[in-house]
Amino acid sequence: MANVRLAPVLRASVGGSKQVAASGGNLTEVLADLYARFPALKEQIQPEESLSRFINIYVNDQDVRYLQGLETSVGPNDTVILLPAMAGGR
Amino acid sequence: MGEASREIMRQARKQVEEWTPARVHEALAEQHEASSEGQDIVLVDVREKIEWNEGHIPGAIHVPRGYLELQIEEAVPDKSKTVVLYCAGGVRSLMAGNTLKQMGYPNPISMSGGFGQWKNSGLPFVQPRTMSEAQNKRYSRHMLIPEVGEQGQFKLLDSKVLLIGAGGLGSPAAYYLAAAGVGTLGIIDADVVDESNLQRQILHNTKRIGQYKAESARETIEALNPDVKVVTYIDILDETNVARIIADYDVVIDGTDNFPTRYLLNDASLRANIPVVHGSVFRFEGQLTVFKPYDGPCYRCLYPEPPPAELAPSCAEAGVLGVLPGIIGLLQATETIKLLLGIGDPLVGRLMTYDALAGEFSELRLFRDPNCPACGEHAHLDDLPTYSDVCAMPVRA
Repeated sequence: MANVRLAPVLRASVGGSKQVAASGGNLTEVLADLYARFPALKEQIQPEESLSRFINIYVNDQDVRYLQGLETSVGPNDTVILLPAMAGGR
Repeated sequence: MGEASREIMRQARKQVEEWTPARVHEALAEQHEASSEGQDIVLVDVREKIEWNEGHIPGAIHVPRGYLELQIEEAVPDKSKTVVLYCAGGVRSLMAGNTLKQMGYPNPISMSGGFGQWKNSGLPFVQPRTMSEAQNKRYSRHMLIPEVGEQGQFKLLDSKVLLIGAGGLGSPAAYYLAAAGVGTLGIIDADVVDESNLQRQILHNTKRIGQYKAESARETIEALNPDVKVVTYIDILDETNVARIIADYDVVIDGTDNFPTRYLLNDASLRANIPVVHGSVFRFEGQLTVFKPYDGPCYRCLYPEPPPAELAPSCAEAGVLGVLPGIIGLLQATETIKLLLGIGDPLVGRLMTYDALAGEFSELRLFRDPNCPACGEHAHLDDLPTYSDVCAMPVRA
């Protein structure tokens, strides 16, 4: 099971946890597992067919755009991070 | 001069050849033209430090007469060089030449008439830059660090940093850059101080409520360090002013509170080739990185599009632990100092994240996107959206 860490704005969609375990051999499968359990998360980050462009995903601290994208393999003890942009202020 | 000293001088004159300032100048000029092979002459100033500070011959090295025997072999290890010595009037340099002969330097030269005659002949000289006594005290802890030193402190004093926003991130960043002696701080902020700011925006205080933040910032900074010149821009950064405003600065610290400004700043900084130190915070977490144009990724490489409003709440909506921007802002100041001094590894291509509750720092690796519309191979900076229409602050009850 991979360890998925979520940025603060996404945590409400998974019941408030900072990290959740997910199964799957690659990123597509891991996301599919997450979306099945947490449909609100899918609404947030992948409402359309492809992953929204404001979300960055890192597997073991590397941006998956520079690995194999959604085909990037995810091993049992790997860490997947979902990170949207933050602006803050006021 | 007593009889004994006259005798010393007589002996020195027999041993040590003298050249006039004109001849020294000519020899140095010839050497300047020659290849790196023909660099035979070394010019040594044997006067006291206080005299050296008032002006010396360009290219000279300083070995005061009092340390001559102890320092000359390290200063001029190659004894086959022609060592030309000078002092104020031509007397101390003769005696120094005599010493050098005894130490095995075959042909030391003394410049007759010394620096006094050099200057009177209208020959060029330089005055080294010095700090005031107050500055020497103020920055002493910096100058003790080998990677900084006096030269590093001069670099900071000569540097110009622009802070976009004098709020949660800008306050600690500006405060510490001022303490460090960054000579010019530009602050752009159109806001006024509000009570809710004081939980984290430490440049301001209760008396300043209602005052423009940029001006409040200037007051605090000037009280801390009079060496710092604060330039205020009571304005909002937009496409009509961004290029003109950032042009004067060496580094920009991004402490903005909205996405359109970040995109605008990104594009302008790429055009101007100015690094941007980015920081952002949310509740208990923060992140920072350095966007160095065409070196690491730019903001658009990282976030080609902004999130929808509900995924990017402001601090007023979501809250922020006051100390968080303190930490991230201070890290932004740290990265800025590293860039200005050219030391250490700035966070180029690295996103540092901090989780205050877990007490954890970690790092994500970022890459330049070869297809980035702003900094990639087929970049087209002129027609990129800043999403100002899309990023309107949501109206909440």
